[in-house]
Parts: sequence; C-alpha cells; structure tokens
Amino acid sequence: MIEFSNVSKVYPNGTKALDNVSLKIEEGEFVAIIGLSGAGKSTLLRLINQLIPATSGTVTVDGKDVTRARGKEIREIRRQIGMIFQGFNIVKRSSVLTNVLSGRVGYNPTWRTILGLFPESDKQIAYRALQRVDILEKVHSRASELSGGQQQRVAIARALAQEPRLMLADEPVASLDPITTIQVMDYLKKINREDGITTVANLHHVDLALSYATRVVGVKGGVIVYDTPMKGINKKQFLADLEKVYGRPIHHDEMLGEE
Amino acid sequence: MDTPADLISVPRPDNRKRNLTIGLVVALILGSAIFAGFNPLEILENFQKGGRLLKRMFFPPAWKYAPRVIAPLVETVRMALVGTFWGAVVALPAAVFAASNFLNMPWISRPLRLVLNIFRTIPAMVLASLFVAVFGIGAFSGVVALSIFTFGLISKLTYESIEAIDYGQVEALMSLGANKITILRYAIMPQILPQFMSYVLYGFEVNVRAAAVLGYVGAGGIGQTFEQNLAFRNFDRVGVIIVISFAVVLVIDLVSSHIRRRLV
Ligand SMILES: Nc1ncnc2c1ncn2[C@@H]1O[C@H](COP(=O)(O)OP(=O)(O)OP(=O)(O)O)[C@@H](O)[C@H]1O
Ligand SMILES: [Mg+2]
Repeated sequence: MIEFSNVSKVYPNGTKALDNVSLKIEEGEFVAIIGLSGAGKSTLLRLINQLIPATSGTVTVDGKDVTRARGKEIREIRRQIGMIFQGFNIVKRSSVLTNVLSGRVGYNPTWRTILGLFPESDKQIAYRALQRVDILEKVHSRASELSGGQQQRVAIARALAQEPRLMLADEPVASLDPITTIQVMDYLKKINREDGITTVANLHHVDLALSYATRVVGVKGGVIVYDTPMKGINKKQFLADLEKVYGRPIHHDEMLGEE
Repeated sequence: MDTPADLISVPRPDNRKRNLTIGLVVALILGSAIFAGFNPLEILENFQKGGRLLKRMFFPPAWKYAPRVIAPLVETVRMALVGTFWGAVVALPAAVFAASNFLNMPWISRPLRLVLNIFRTIPAMVLASLFVAVFGIGAFSGVVALSIFTFGLISKLTYESIEAIDYGQVEALMSLGANKITILRYAIMPQILPQFMSYVLYGFEVNVRAAAVLGYVGAGGIGQTFEQNLAFRNFDRVGVIIVISFAVVLVIDLVSSHIRRRLV
C-alpha cells in the first residue's frame, strides 16, 4: 500500500534527514515508527502525504507516485490519507463541527467549502465520525474549550470524516497524560481493526509500540535499522533488540505502563 | 535563618553599556536642542501672548457657531470611514500576498512589502496634498489619501499576524487535501480575523485624527473650516471647533479601543 524506494531527504539547510530508505507497508498494518529525537520519523511520515517533497527516490501510495504528483492530483491523494499531529492542529477558534466537516473539503467544490455549505450527507459523515470517538455531545462547542484528549479525538474524527484508506499519526499521544494516551491509542487501534485503515504512527514510548503495533520500524540517523512484525514476539528479545535503535538496551523499568 | 555563610553572592551586573546608552541619548537631546536654537526662555516670553489667545478662543467659545461645525465634522468622520473601508478591503488580500509563510512567493512578497512600507510611512498629509494636486480640492482627495495610508498600515500589521499564526493548522488542512483558498478560509482566517478587525478599528481611530487636519491642504473635512476661521482671526469660532472635534475624537477613541480590547 505504501512503498518507499531509495528515498532520501535533505532539508534546504543541508540536514540529511533520510538516507536511501526503502520500506514497504501492506494494507491493514499498524506500523509503529520508533527512534530517538531527530532520527527522521516525522520526515518519513510527512513524505507519505507530501507535506514535504522528497529529495530523491519515490514514494508510492496505492501504486500512485506521490513524489511526482502536483496540484489537484496530490490533493486527491491527500484526501484519502488522514493525519493526526502531536499538537492536534485543529482550528481552535472554530466549532468542533466545522473542524470535522473540514475533513470533507477534498470532496467538495471550492465555492461550497468557502461558504461552508456542506451537503447533509457530509454532515452525517461528520456526526458519525464524532460518535466513533465518543464526543458527539461536543459537536457545537468551540474547539478551544476542549481538553487535550478531546481535541485529539476531534482531530481523529476529522481524519475519519475523510473516509481515508490510510492514517498517519505523528506522535499522537506525546502531549497527553497516560490515561488519555491509552484512550486515544485505543481509538486508533479500533479504527485500524474495524475499518482496515492502514496506520503508521510515530511513537515515543516503546511499550505503546509493543502493545498496539503489528510491526515496529526503528529509525536511526535517517536509516531504518530495525523492522520486525510484533506477532508472537518475545518481549525480552524485543527490548534487547532496541539497542540498534536507541544505542543502548531498554530496561524493563523504563517502560511507561504496566501490563 | 540566613547566616552570612548561606548568602549567595553573584557578581554585580555590568551596567556600563546601559549607562553609555543613557549618556549618549542625553547628549544627543541637549546637542540637538542647542543646534536648533531652542531656548526655554522663549516659551516664557510667549506665554503671555498665548494666554491672550487662549482667552479669546475659549472664554467663551462662540457656541452659536456650533451647529455649523456639525456638517464638516460629519464629513470628516465619513472621510475616515470610507478611507478605512477601502484601505482595509484591499489590505486583506495584499497581506496574504505579502506574508512570507503561506504562499511563499518571494518575488511578489518582497516588492509588495516595500510598497506597503512606503505607503505607510508617507504622512497622510503629504499624500493628501499630492491628490489635491491631481483630483482637485475636496473630500475625495482626502479619502484617497486615507485609503492608501490605511492600506499600508493594515496590510503591514495583518501580514505580520499571518506570519505569526500556528502553522500546524495550515499543515492539517493541507493534509486534508485542501487547496490554497480553502486553507485560507479554514486555517488562516479564523486565526487572524479578530486581529484584523482590531487593526481596522485602530486604522479608523488614526484616520479620524488624520482626516481632521487634512483640510489644511484642501482635502476636505473640519480642517478646512478650521483653517478659514483661523485666517479670519475668528478665534472664538476656532475654540468651538477645537472643543467639539476633541470631544468627537475622544468618544470615537474610547468606543473603538473598548471594542478592540474585547476582540483580542
Ligand atoms: N524543516 C526542517 N528544516 C531543516 N531541518 C529539519 C527540518 N525538519 C527536520 N529537520 C531535521 O531533520 C532531522 C530529522 O528530523 P525529524 O523531525 O524527522 O525527526 P524526528 O525523528 O521526528 O524527531 P522527534 O522525535 O524530535 O520529532 C533532524 O536533524 C531535524 O533537525
Ligand atoms: Mg517528529
């Protein structure tokens, strides 16, 4: 479903963030990307929906080369890819409904979106998306009035309203408390399972990767240094292997939650 | 509780640079006062003369003249309104093009900023005398001058606001497949609209004051009435004009800044 072939990314200031990366992600997978700060996780994710252009190599999504797509073409690819951010990135001054409806902009002509005249069917999609993340009762609240966890749920609802085939999450829980973290991760997992939406999430916590992902990819210095399916993995072995990613083994007591 | 041994001693801050700056500023002020031939005694000498003038203006003002001040004053406020309106209408799209972050088109934003800065720094008075020469005497010239000045002012403030927005919201809209116009509507406008409204009100406040003096160069409004009366030495009428104009400007300022505070 997603394929990186020899992808490199050099930022305009000369930083080489990704170095000749090749990676293939199949439909329905829940892939966790782990790695130290600055390893290139966000860069990897943002290349998938072309929030940033690749320097060389190609990225394909569903067989379409996103690295060469421009204008309308790239917008039509993007509307099928939901994205969740660490800082939520919902429009704080707008209502929850407006935020979720904005997930439908890719499916409506510009004049409709400008006037905010979304068809009833789109509103139904938005309500259902809010219901999925149990926050329908806030539909008319101003987004800024919500807590962090609620804002992230609105962001998930907005992505769901896109009816995406693919969900990208860039440290979706990094600014949330442990309880809310579990909630949000559960929603992502549920969506991945029930709708078969392929999910790629950058995660800072190894144990989240272990308990939610079907596959963990480790990035270090712009290179993929670890790539293993989680099915039937031996936990001890997994933690020991993370030395490749973090430069030293992870100890059991460094984990976030308890089993 | 604190024994001397517990006290932490830190080195004294180095104030030399600050003191030098203060000294330099004082020297500059004194120097330029001497250079300009400014002599405080002269003020005292002219004090009596000024006192007599004040007496003729305000003790009492020619209240009977007041009704004839209304029409030019209304014209002044209307000039400010129309000037602010057109300036603001053009300023919003200009600010979008001048901001360096969103459209990211330096070949447009750089020269545009230059133009905006020029418009903003030329005093409305100078612009007005220019347009009086082009369009002739009257309020129209004043309105054009105010529009251009406001355009420069509001565009500048607004493009700075656009550059300071939370760009994450723009990226989120991009990730939804939104085009530039939709991003503008959903990610940028909600963030800058309250500030923009506040800049418009501020522009209006500035314009009311500017409009009040534009008459001096023949660009309409209360200034024209003021100047005529001054020329005929009708000081009691001048007094009325000053009192009423002052009151109107004050009320507009108070109301407008009250709204502005609630906006942002
Ligand atoms: N816009 C940019 N301009 C220049 N350099 C950048 C930019 N974005 C990221 N980088 C650099 O590229 C490298 C990879 O950054 P990236 O954001 O992908 O890391 P990350 O793994 O997501 O880190 P974190 O866990 O801190 O989010 C870093 O060295 C970073 O400083
Ligand atoms: Mg990152």
